[in-house]
Amino acid sequence: MTLPVSPTPPPVAIEKPAIRVDRLSLWYGDTLALDQISLDLAERHITAFIGPSGCGKSTLLRCINRMNDLVDGVRVEGRILFSDRDIFDPEVDVNALRKRVGMVFQKSNPFPKSIYENVAYGPRIHGTRSKSELDGIVEQALRAAALWEEVRERLQTSALELSGGQQQRLCIARALAVEPEVLLLDEPCSALDPVATAKIEELLLELKQRYSIAIVTHNMQQAARVSDYTAFLYLGTLVEFGATRELFVAPREKRTQDYITGRFG
Amino acid sequence: MTRDRRKTGLADVLTWITAGALAIDLLMIVGLLVLVASHGASAFWPRPLVAFELGDGTRALGEIHSREAIPDPATGLLTDAMRIRVRVGNRDLTGADFRWIDESKIRARSEPADAVLLERLEWGAFFGWPIALRAKGVDAREPGAIWDAFAKLHAEKVATRERIRAIERGPIGDVNYEIEKVRLAERHLDRMGAAPDTAERATLAARKQTLEARYAGHLAELNALRDSLADGELVLRTADGVEKAVPVGQIVRTVLPNALGLGGKLALYAERLHEFILGEPREANTEGGIFPALFGTVMMVMLMSLMVVPFGVVAAIYLREYAREGPFTRAIRIAVNNLAGVPSIVFGVFGLGFFVYGIGGTIDALFFADALPTPTFGTGGILWASLTLALLTVPVVIVATEEGLAAVPQAVRQGSRALGATQLETLLRVVVPAAAPGMLTGLILAMARAAGEVAPLMIVGMVKLAPTLPVDAHPPFVHLERKFMHLGFHIYDVGFQSPNVEAATPLVFATTALLITIVVSLNLTAILLRNRLRTRMAGRAV
Repeated sequence: MTLPVSPTPPPVAIEKPAIRVDRLSLWYGDTLALDQISLDLAERHITAFIGPSGCGKSTLLRCINRMNDLVDGVRVEGRILFSDRDIFDPEVDVNALRKRVGMVFQKSNPFPKSIYENVAYGPRIHGTRSKSELDGIVEQALRAAALWEEVRERLQTSALELSGGQQQRLCIARALAVEPEVLLLDEPCSALDPVATAKIEELLLELKQRYSIAIVTHNMQQAARVSDYTAFLYLGTLVEFGATRELFVAPREKRTQDYITGRFG
Repeated sequence: MTRDRRKTGLADVLTWITAGALAIDLLMIVGLLVLVASHGASAFWPRPLVAFELGDGTRALGEIHSREAIPDPATGLLTDAMRIRVRVGNRDLTGADFRWIDESKIRARSEPADAVLLERLEWGAFFGWPIALRAKGVDAREPGAIWDAFAKLHAEKVATRERIRAIERGPIGDVNYEIEKVRLAERHLDRMGAAPDTAERATLAARKQTLEARYAGHLAELNALRDSLADGELVLRTADGVEKAVPVGQIVRTVLPNALGLGGKLALYAERLHEFILGEPREANTEGGIFPALFGTVMMVMLMSLMVVPFGVVAAIYLREYAREGPFTRAIRIAVNNLAGVPSIVFGVFGLGFFVYGIGGTIDALFFADALPTPTFGTGGILWASLTLALLTVPVVIVATEEGLAAVPQAVRQGSRALGATQLETLLRVVVPAAAPGMLTGLILAMARAAGEVAPLMIVGMVKLAPTLPVDAHPPFVHLERKFMHLGFHIYDVGFQSPNVEAATPLVFATTALLITIVVSLNLTAILLRNRLRTRMAGRAV
């Protein structure tokens, strides 16, 4: 199949991509939501997706672990390569993919269970039965999400009793507990106050030592603070993609400049 | 400003109307409960026995049950004259338990301490004064001697009665059960076309003979006991001087209500309440206990719950989690909601046609062919009644479960899927536990509805008097094909179908109170369970 010439700018060369998005287009029914997106997510770096509401940044993020499969009427063209395999290949086990590519949502969504059960949920699903092993995983994941010290005394209380920021970190811990390779975050701080946001950002910088991270954010400063690479999307097209410092300091495109200086958005 | 004030006035009026409607509702419910509870609770409290001397020289003895103004026969308006309704008992002598006495005709009343109330197995209560006790070797004529002898004799008679009952229930029931098995085995041979002189038939015939001999033995013992029960009688004199001999074996208990202190009254109350709840009915259900009806009601509701929950929950899960929203699911939802509005008797008719004759008839033809033409499952029974009620209440469970499922945020499902859980894992481990309180709400509503439902049960297995409980000592111990008694029907039967409605009224109130208690306690159990689940599942937040 020959694809039309990509309208997106040539991808920035990234040495060790964890994920390669290759000429990805997506339709909701008849509406084109992503148009020929190509970009690479660098391994053990943070890539931020920015752009105005409805530009397709969340849609792009949700393609990477195929969460869009759960939406009716979605059609995808193009490829996303992960470990040299197209994740849209019919032979790919989507649940195994989601285990390796974890996700944290905009609004924290802990299960109505105890803190312990929330974190142990993923490992249990994927076959860990032993209590001592689960205890270890839970502690490790909560430590990695910088939540352990706050909840170690009350692991059996309901997760819904935690504060908003704690809930979001619990969701991160929950995602980490299945030992993913890539972590996708969809506006994880949009519902949090500045203190909780700062904590999560700190955590992300910590986590990128071990995970490849993609984050969707509305907050320009946040993108500038935490990310190594930034992709600016507008109306379903990738306008500009590059190292964060360059993109924010000297954007090549006028639309990027207008957006990051707040002229629209 | 003016407009604002007008608006406030209208809002005030509306608030008052709604609050008033609520108050009236509450008042009616509380009134109903208080009425039932007070009448039900007082049914077993001993009333004083009053002796009347009337203007025409006659006398009467009985309990005062109510007092009212006498209506003028010409105008129908109430006059100042009052009359009282007195339970005089002695139905075998006078033909009625109650009589009206005009207060103007009473010359004197007293509460004699030696007046006695007899509760009997037959003919209801007897009021009078003891004058003699006659039995083999006993002939007491003094009150003290009479009561001494009576206490001893009555204890013997009660023991004999219990022995008779034990033989009827135990050995004779067992023998009958064995004989029925032999009869079915013989019929089976007939049906299979076995020759008339096989060894098998000879064994069966021999077995039948031994069983019949055993039966005759038990019967002889029973008859001897019955004879001994007939010996001994208490002679009493009624208020109008008639002497009556009552067999001691027929007496449940004797009470001297006017001589009882508070402690004695309380003890009697407890004894009567105990008999009511755990005893068997007698005298066409108008006396004695209601245990079989209580047992039948609870068992039927439990069976119904066992069937309706899986059925309704699975249907709701399919509708909410798997089926694609569209005209088809909308049509199903409309159908389910309409099902809840179908008159219950229609379900009864359906249950009779489908469960009893259809499924039951097929089961009989396949597995109980030896017993035919006597139906086993092809007639009303507790299983079919429970299934019919399950069908009746399944819409409630479906709607409540669907609401419970809908209340689980989509984000939580996505969170589970994003961890690599399949749809089924998500459903079983996250969604269903989170929706469990909603499912329990459905069950609560279903049980409340089922416990009070009577009409459909009348044609699928509920009876006025069931000889055996659906659970007994014969394998398979739980007999789902058996007919059963039910408190709701008991109320209707005793209160409105019995020949002696007036005398049975206190029992009807007591039964009603008990039925309400059962429904409320079943509901409370489920509500407590649900609240515990809720607090365990969710914190204070969200």
